[in-house]
Amino acid sequence: MKNDRQRTFLMITIPILALFICFNTIPLIRGVIYSFTNFKGFGSYNWVGFRNYIDLFSDGRVGKSYLFTFKLAIVTTVVVNVLSLVLALALNSKIRAKSFFRGAYFLPNILGALVVGYIFNYFFTYILPAVANMMGMNSTSILSDPKSAWIGIVVVCAWQAIAMNTIIYISGLQTVPEDVYEAGGLDGATGWKQFKYLTFPLIIPFFSINMVLCVKNFLMVFDQIMALTKGGPAQSTESISYLIYNNGMSGGQFGFQSANAVVFFIVIACVSVAQMKFSSSKEEQL
Amino acid sequence: MTETKKLKASVYGPMVFLILGLSTIIFPLYMTVMIAFKQPSEMTNSISGILSLPKTWSLANFREAMVVTDFWRSLGNSLLITACTVALSLALHSLMGYALGRNKAHSKFYSFVYLFIVSGMFVPFAILMMPLAKQTAELHLANWAGVIILYVVFYMPMNILLYSGYLVNIPIALEEAARVDGASTWTTYWKIIFPIMKPMHATVAVLTALAVWNDVMTPLVIMAGSGKNTLPLAQLNFQSQFGTNYNLAFASYLLSLVPILIFYIVCQKQILNGVVNGAVK
Repeated sequence: MKNDRQRTFLMITIPILALFICFNTIPLIRGVIYSFTNFKGFGSYNWVGFRNYIDLFSDGRVGKSYLFTFKLAIVTTVVVNVLSLVLALALNSKIRAKSFFRGAYFLPNILGALVVGYIFNYFFTYILPAVANMMGMNSTSILSDPKSAWIGIVVVCAWQAIAMNTIIYISGLQTVPEDVYEAGGLDGATGWKQFKYLTFPLIIPFFSINMVLCVKNFLMVFDQIMALTKGGPAQSTESISYLIYNNGMSGGQFGFQSANAVVFFIVIACVSVAQMKFSSSKEEQL
Repeated sequence: MTETKKLKASVYGPMVFLILGLSTIIFPLYMTVMIAFKQPSEMTNSISGILSLPKTWSLANFREAMVVTDFWRSLGNSLLITACTVALSLALHSLMGYALGRNKAHSKFYSFVYLFIVSGMFVPFAILMMPLAKQTAELHLANWAGVIILYVVFYMPMNILLYSGYLVNIPIALEEAARVDGASTWTTYWKIIFPIMKPMHATVAVLTALAVWNDVMTPLVIMAGSGKNTLPLAQLNFQSQFGTNYNLAFASYLLSLVPILIFYIVCQKQILNGVVNGAVK
């Protein structure tokens, strides 16, 4: 009987583990191997040692894409979390048609990012300049200016991500018992004070979930770039994922972009681990 | 008097704010519907020309968009890929979650396998993309079947985390009782454990389905050469070929959004629950 149990567990684990290794671990290892070659994606290639990695740090385009991606991730994370918290507080207050509002506010999240990007692309290219024109302002599309194109991407990323974060904050707010507010009210904690000293400390676990989700997703941004700017104008909105896809898959930089991807992987892993360490130490303090 | 006023302000304040906020969600969708129904001649270069109601509610744009993007076939591919991925995920990930969840506490091997797979969550698609494009081509999997296999592997870390987390709450005594009755572990799993995990199946199904349905990158990298499209991929190809006829483009966008909108309206509650469960666990 005991043997049957162990054998069944092994017969489940081994094939599924093999599948995972085949399509996750092996490609990962191959990616690392390619990063030490000058492979173009076809034909023959040579070993180049650490040259790709050295070139990576002196490549202006790669550096620019890291700066852009981090700027985007940080700004969007802040914008999204502030707005989601405000929305969640409003949606959790005593309002009518609560479930309708919650349902409606979650809608953006289920729509495909690519199509949402195309819709906003039109909005930024035609509607917004026309509005600016009516108000007597400069009427070019924000997507065509290297200085402002990233703002368009922040807006589209935020439009979808707010839906998700709001829902998580609401479920956090629901865990705060009503008598906490009553007790706080007796001590004069209302409004902003109530939020700062009572509500927020109690929903910190949900805050850290949202932080981890946001940063990780925005660092990997791809669809929105594809739909809005394709990395332009003047390569000002090339995210790391987009650069790897674009130059690695069709730009003949398979080996070089593999090195970029390895560095990107290490960055993502470090950021995620650091965030988790930080948030679990915060939670322990409570 | 002031008390009731205050109370009223605290009720209507959020209400006004929420209604205003809602407009930012409705406006892009309204714009999509308006443009999708219009003819290019109605699109004068002013906002009113773009945003006013169309003169006639004609379905001509949709008919043409369906032909140009091969809508039904793309829809079929998307449905096939999503349905197969969800079914395989429910079966394989729950089994694996069970095997690992029941053994990782007392076995070094299983706890290593668990950590090994779960840490796959940190691997961005960007690093796997190029080697996978090569590998699927070598294995003759550069098609929808390959895409399904890849999805089953990509969502494995997350789903196994969810399943084995849920399993902690299911008492092992249930299985022991079945064993005393002479049932094998395999039968016990399908007869007792699998049905008990139903709430987690719902969460996994919703999360996996939404992620797969809207994903662009995997089919783009793997299926690009196969001549087959998923719904998002059809939009991408459409954009590069017919990007200038906005009425046709928006009809096509709207078509691609309709299936998921219907799904959302029908299963809104399950979707919201699933998403929250998945994120909070």
